[in-house]
Amino acid sequence: MNFGPLDLNTTWFILISVLFTGYAMLDGFDLGVGALHLFTKTDEERRIMLNAIGPVWDGNEVWLVTGGGALFAAFPNVYATVFSGFYLAFVLLLVALIFRAVAIEFRSKQPMRWWRRMWDAGFSGGSILSSMLIGVAMGNIAWGVPIDDRGEFAGTFLGLLGPYPILIGVTTVALFMMHGAIYSLMKTEGPLHDKLRGWINHCVIFFIICYAVTTMATLLYVPHMAARMRANPWLFSIALVNMLAIANIPREIHHGRDWRAFVSSCVAMIALMGLFGLEMYPNLVLSNPDTAHSLTIHNAASSHKTLGIMLAIALTGVPIVLAYTVSIYWIFRGKVKLDKMSY
Amino acid sequence: MDVLTLSRIQFTLTISFHYIYPLLSIGLGVMLVLVEGLWLKTRKPIYHQMARFWTKVFALTFAIGVATGIVMEFEFGTNWATYSRYVGDVFGSALAAEGIFAFFLESGLLAVLLFGWDRVGRKTHFFATCMVCLGAHFSAIWIVVANSWMQTPAGFHIVGEGMKARAEITDFWAMVLNPSSMDRLFHTLCGAWQAGAFLVVSVSAWYLLKRKHQEFARGSLRLGLMVGLAASLFQLVSGHSSAQGVAKNQPVKLAAFEGLYETTPNAPLTVFGWMDEQNEKVIGPKIPGMLSFLAHNDTAEPVAGLREAAPQPKDRPPVNVTFQLFHLMVAIGFGMILISALGFLYFWRGSLFDKRWLLWLLVLSVLGPQLANQAGWFAAEVGRQPWIVQGLLRTSEGLSAVVKANTVLAAILLFSAVYLLLFAVFVYLLNDKIQQGPEDGDLIPSGKLALPMREGA
Repeated sequence: MNFGPLDLNTTWFILISVLFTGYAMLDGFDLGVGALHLFTKTDEERRIMLNAIGPVWDGNEVWLVTGGGALFAAFPNVYATVFSGFYLAFVLLLVALIFRAVAIEFRSKQPMRWWRRMWDAGFSGGSILSSMLIGVAMGNIAWGVPIDDRGEFAGTFLGLLGPYPILIGVTTVALFMMHGAIYSLMKTEGPLHDKLRGWINHCVIFFIICYAVTTMATLLYVPHMAARMRANPWLFSIALVNMLAIANIPREIHHGRDWRAFVSSCVAMIALMGLFGLEMYPNLVLSNPDTAHSLTIHNAASSHKTLGIMLAIALTGVPIVLAYTVSIYWIFRGKVKLDKMSY
Repeated sequence: MDVLTLSRIQFTLTISFHYIYPLLSIGLGVMLVLVEGLWLKTRKPIYHQMARFWTKVFALTFAIGVATGIVMEFEFGTNWATYSRYVGDVFGSALAAEGIFAFFLESGLLAVLLFGWDRVGRKTHFFATCMVCLGAHFSAIWIVVANSWMQTPAGFHIVGEGMKARAEITDFWAMVLNPSSMDRLFHTLCGAWQAGAFLVVSVSAWYLLKRKHQEFARGSLRLGLMVGLAASLFQLVSGHSSAQGVAKNQPVKLAAFEGLYETTPNAPLTVFGWMDEQNEKVIGPKIPGMLSFLAHNDTAEPVAGLREAAPQPKDRPPVNVTFQLFHLMVAIGFGMILISALGFLYFWRGSLFDKRWLLWLLVLSVLGPQLANQAGWFAAEVGRQPWIVQGLLRTSEGLSAVVKANTVLAAILLFSAVYLLLFAVFVYLLNDKIQQGPEDGDLIPSGKLALPMREGA
């Protein structure tokens, strides 16, 4: 596969960012619905919330699987260092994701109260813990982790739970909750819909507070995550798009245009991930304190040939994936109605 | 225990649990395509009822397959980081292809298969079923290709030295079509088809014994027996061809499979027995010349023994374990042919439903493919030891450099608890579905499916 002068390392940096952004936009609302799950009270409300994500959550989670696979293939050193270094965090993430998946599947299969309560807690707890851990991992990657001269992680599990990563973790939970609330607004009707409408403002406010604190903390304590913006002031326009998109959410909700609120939320996520990617580039994992050991798109990458083969695979596969993903969302459009196949 | 042993225990635990489910999904996927295809063709409501019932069972196996599958992907990085760095360049493109072509396809269209009954037309639904089945098969292709590359590496060169050495791809298709990949893929798929078919056979036979849902059970049993018999016969062919490949490409593994220490023409086949690894002796009945004939189609051709193929005991796999696992798999393989042939014969004669002993045997037959698949996979992996990538990287060299034994132990305990719970829930819900049985309401299609079929709908 020959892609001429194309910078394949940068291309794969972008593609992996796109995969993880896709994951955040899609599974983000699944996790958000999960985080909100215990706030709904009746069994019917909970079933409607579950069935709002019912047909699509499985496909959404594949974005994480494929993102992980792509990271393994394109930047095996990052994959190896991060996964072995964040060992316990990833094991916890796996257990949370398993519990969540199984809870969705099994909750409504038996009518007993204790049975449903148990899986409700599993679903909600698993969703919150997964969102939190994903945020903590992102926070650590931005803050920087100790890496030795072999490129191996040299820190400890507790060292990963610093205040900044925890802050990013909480912000991620808030972001997903807001996103999930807007999504469930699109999929519900009647009293539940009105109830959710009341929650949206709380979610947006919770997110804006977290976001403001994160921004200040980043500017004050993580200056390298704002360095590129300081050097190129026009990049501030991305941050502006981000803020406008978030500000637009309550406006659209107020006018009852749920779908446009959801698009705004997606735009805000794209802008956030875009900023994160721009500030990280060309690093994939920052080494802190010894920045010379940072894993970059060059020292952590697979060979030029593999990156080329994978690009060919991606260019063939991704359009097909997008086509049927859109068709599936189209088939399952509209408000949730419970029937005998429902969760 | 050291990190190596613990990491191997963790991988064994998680892979053998995971390996139950994708095989059932692949096999049941084929059954779903068949029943739904038959429904479209014949319009008989019984096929619709069968499709609806087996879809529910399929959903159950699929959910656990996905949940336990993510663990496998993550474990390469968490426990086997050095291995991941070593093979990432080669192995990675197969894994990426698996994500893009297989996982998206199956989990995306699964939505239509499970929840689309009343939302899309018959043909669209059938298309979704076919795509889910195809996606499940694709996922087997890429993972078996990657594993086969670990057995018989091809299409690569080694770059760098010492700790920095890694395999880089030179020829993508030589990597994909490495010497063992197609044989092993077919072998794995046959095992999956058996797993699905015999689950259908088992549940149907149980209904017949209990005199419940008889029409449904007869239809399912007939189809299950046909697919089961066909897959078991294919399995014989593919097993033979796979073993000939092992004889050619991995002589140490073959010698361990067959418990052969001395290189000899007219090599005997040990039917069953026990390895005395200390004295390098095999105790058990032998058929002279049979191994040479099976491996090379010629009794005069010598088969390499362990003493020649791996003179140093440190280069050998645990011989007795490999031998026993391999023989267990082969024995069950022949057993499945016998059981399905008997079932088929009496079904054809019309007297199967009176033979309660045979129906009970068919109920138990579901365990056969499961045991054989596990034993076969174990034999293939244990037989490759001490290598993680045959001849290139030892298992002990593939570990994560920074992970401590206690951490792995904690993960093992956590996974064991979660998987025990999962398995209990799976068995409970599967039993629940079987007890409930197919619904009579499913004899009448509803929603869009009830509409008369239009062209192109």
